[in-house]
Amino acid sequence: MMTEQTLLLDPAGTEAEKVHGRPRLLLDATMHYCPGCSHGTVHRLVAEAIDELEAEEQAIGITPVGCAAFLYNYIDIDWVQASHGRAPSVATAMKRLCPDKLVFTYQGDGDLAAIGTAEAIHAANRGDNIAIIFINNAIYGMTGGQMAPTTLLGMKTATTPMGRDAALNGYPFKVADMLTLLDGVTYVARQSVDTPAHVRQAKKSIKKAFDNSIHNRGFSFVEIVATCNSGWKMPPVAANRWMEENMHAVYPLGELKDLAAQKAAQE
Amino acid sequence: MKEEIIIAGFGGQGVLSMGKILAYSGVMQGQEVSWIPSYGPEMRGGTANVTVILSDRKISSPVLQEFDTGIVLNQQSLDKFEESVKPGGTLLYDPNGITRPPHRQDLAVYTIDAAVEAARSGNAKVFNMFVLGAFLQIKPLVTIENVIEGLRHSLPERAHKMIPANEAALRRGMELVKRAE
Amino acid sequence: MEDIKLMKGNEVLAYAAIRCGADGYFGYPITPQSEVLETLTELRPWETTGMVVLQAESEVASINMVYGGASAGKRVMTSTSSPGLSLMCEGLSYLAGAELPCVVIDVSRGGPGLGTIQASQADYFQVVKGGGHGDYRTPVLAPNSVQEMNDFVELAFDLAFKYLNPVVILADGVIGQMMEKVKLSPQKPRRTEAQIRKECPWAALGKGSERKARNIVTSCYIDPETMERHNRKLQEKYDRMERDEVRCEEIETADAEYILVAYGVSSRICAKVVEDARSEGLRVGLIRPITLFPFPAGAIRRAVERGVRGFLSVELSMGQMIEDVRSAAGDARLPVRHFGRTGGIIHSPREVYDALKRLMTETGGLQ
Repeated sequence: MMTEQTLLLDPAGTEAEKVHGRPRLLLDATMHYCPGCSHGTVHRLVAEAIDELEAEEQAIGITPVGCAAFLYNYIDIDWVQASHGRAPSVATAMKRLCPDKLVFTYQGDGDLAAIGTAEAIHAANRGDNIAIIFINNAIYGMTGGQMAPTTLLGMKTATTPMGRDAALNGYPFKVADMLTLLDGVTYVARQSVDTPAHVRQAKKSIKKAFDNSIHNRGFSFVEIVATCNSGWKMPPVAANRWMEENMHAVYPLGELKDLAAQKAAQE
Repeated sequence: MKEEIIIAGFGGQGVLSMGKILAYSGVMQGQEVSWIPSYGPEMRGGTANVTVILSDRKISSPVLQEFDTGIVLNQQSLDKFEESVKPGGTLLYDPNGITRPPHRQDLAVYTIDAAVEAARSGNAKVFNMFVLGAFLQIKPLVTIENVIEGLRHSLPERAHKMIPANEAALRRGMELVKRAE
Repeated sequence: MEDIKLMKGNEVLAYAAIRCGADGYFGYPITPQSEVLETLTELRPWETTGMVVLQAESEVASINMVYGGASAGKRVMTSTSSPGLSLMCEGLSYLAGAELPCVVIDVSRGGPGLGTIQASQADYFQVVKGGGHGDYRTPVLAPNSVQEMNDFVELAFDLAFKYLNPVVILADGVIGQMMEKVKLSPQKPRRTEAQIRKECPWAALGKGSERKARNIVTSCYIDPETMERHNRKLQEKYDRMERDEVRCEEIETADAEYILVAYGVSSRICAKVVEDARSEGLRVGLIRPITLFPFPAGAIRRAVERGVRGFLSVELSMGQMIEDVRSAAGDARLPVRHFGRTGGIIHSPREVYDALKRLMTETGGLQ
């Protein structure tokens, strides 16, 4: 159990000055993610956001089915493992029964945008005071690189070997854009973690979303446009470049909706 | 005492609520009761029916195939349930709209002109209370006082102002019931 | 004076939920049990006890809301009818795997498929044998009166928290829709968060100010040895249920030559058959399983040891419970027959009595 900050290199007794360490709530465990995967960075931001909001004691995360299923091994808060796609329903009940908690889900594009679309949309539409962190890497990582609803047109996956064809498989699913239309939704942002600037933006959005949950200011949704270099069959740097050139064009970054200040004024 | 009753008619005639008021009256009288609405193929054809049992003892089956009393309020229900009354049992019906009256000779058959009387009273809602009054005149299983108590418990608060009109209809039904020729 | 009311079984479920201190109800309307959610929204318990009542977008969502509430150690429940229960089976498996307490009510109707909205008992296999995937069991309570619809809600919660397992109340459309006298339970307070933290140290409520270690509610065990250990632990729990939680009612079985076995509304109908048969001098009895899992195999076995000449399993299904009656009876030569109507048709006492007489005639019990 890690509660103290642990450093990879102990600067004690050296002339080195400590400038960067493991966030307090990020556990000292070897992550199972592939090298270059965006999950690790986003996990770090989640851990930092909870800590900075001083929400460790009241935080409950709901984990998905997919690559992030074992997220509970990495961040030192209470967790509930949901079935595939149902995390928003689990979070809905949790938050309604425990309105003073921070309740959030962490879901991938298969979990949220395919099998669990109904649960996500209805939680959003009810304005449930939960936050959803949505990792969109346009592919099914855990099951070996099959098409996701968010797969780009022409993109090759295990189940679109000739590239995604709109006539056969429809179009990249723009979940965040769709959610902005719902009255129950307070905050929608789409960010990425490929550059230091984007990482800072992503953290800001995650913190805002968590803050909205804590203060019962409606439904918040943060999409992270992410890489899956194993699924995409690209080295990490090439994957980042491919994401910037292709993914960000279809899924542009930024805050798409923010009524938090308006909701806070109503309190 | 154990009385097994089927009440049947069109939806909207107050069949289910009459059964409920009778059952509640039984509760007020300290009896065991059961109330079960139509089930199975009997639900077809726009008719509503309800089985009510009043008993001094614990009721075993709420589902029955034959009854001590049949109360029928339209032709379809008469056709359907005349044969379900036990030999020597009681059949009460409203002759309004009946073209094929009951044929069984082994029943005590009564009529109540409830539809006509309800129209005359100008309050169609108390139709079923004329019928219930008629039944209680034939078989005084529960007191009028307990029926009023039953009404008080089964009607929502806002409808309690209707209780005097219901009581009047009950008493009128008791007067109007006739043994069929 | 006792507060006796005349109420429908479905309405009573709603009252019982509030009065036993439930924290949440999550449900989706489906005939013939929609009165449960309707009654709850009319009673507005969120203004009195603080109980949460929410209409979900599907049964899939309902059961996962139950999973969420149960993860926090709350007393949560849902109710549905047969097609809805099919949708909930995935969730039930996760609840059982994660050892979460909750109450699920199935007011069953006829199937398969969309079937009929009318009463049936055709969900026996699905409810009693598991329904969802994996090695798991749930205690199943089968009420046969409106009073038991009241009493079994609290009993189900008690069992759920005793064993950390979902508990199913398997009712039928008749018990749900009929009115009988009922004495409602007194109002109990809901548990506070401090009480839940004490009684359910496993609950994911946030670490709070005292707990240092994080709680993880999961049914996922990737390591085979760990998974097998978990399954063995679950099995020990189910064995304990079979030892300690069998409930059944026996009517006139002491000297019975023939025994009817029936649950729910069928057991009420069979009770009348026993009355009628006894009044004609026939030695007939009734075993009414109150728990369908654990099944009262002991009562069946004892009847065999007393020399009973045959069993008739009376179900509003095409012969599901009969498999448990046969297995409990053990002796392949002993006649164990089935009688039941289906499709929403309720067998009359006379039909059952006729079927019983046929069995008796064919097996030498009636000349």
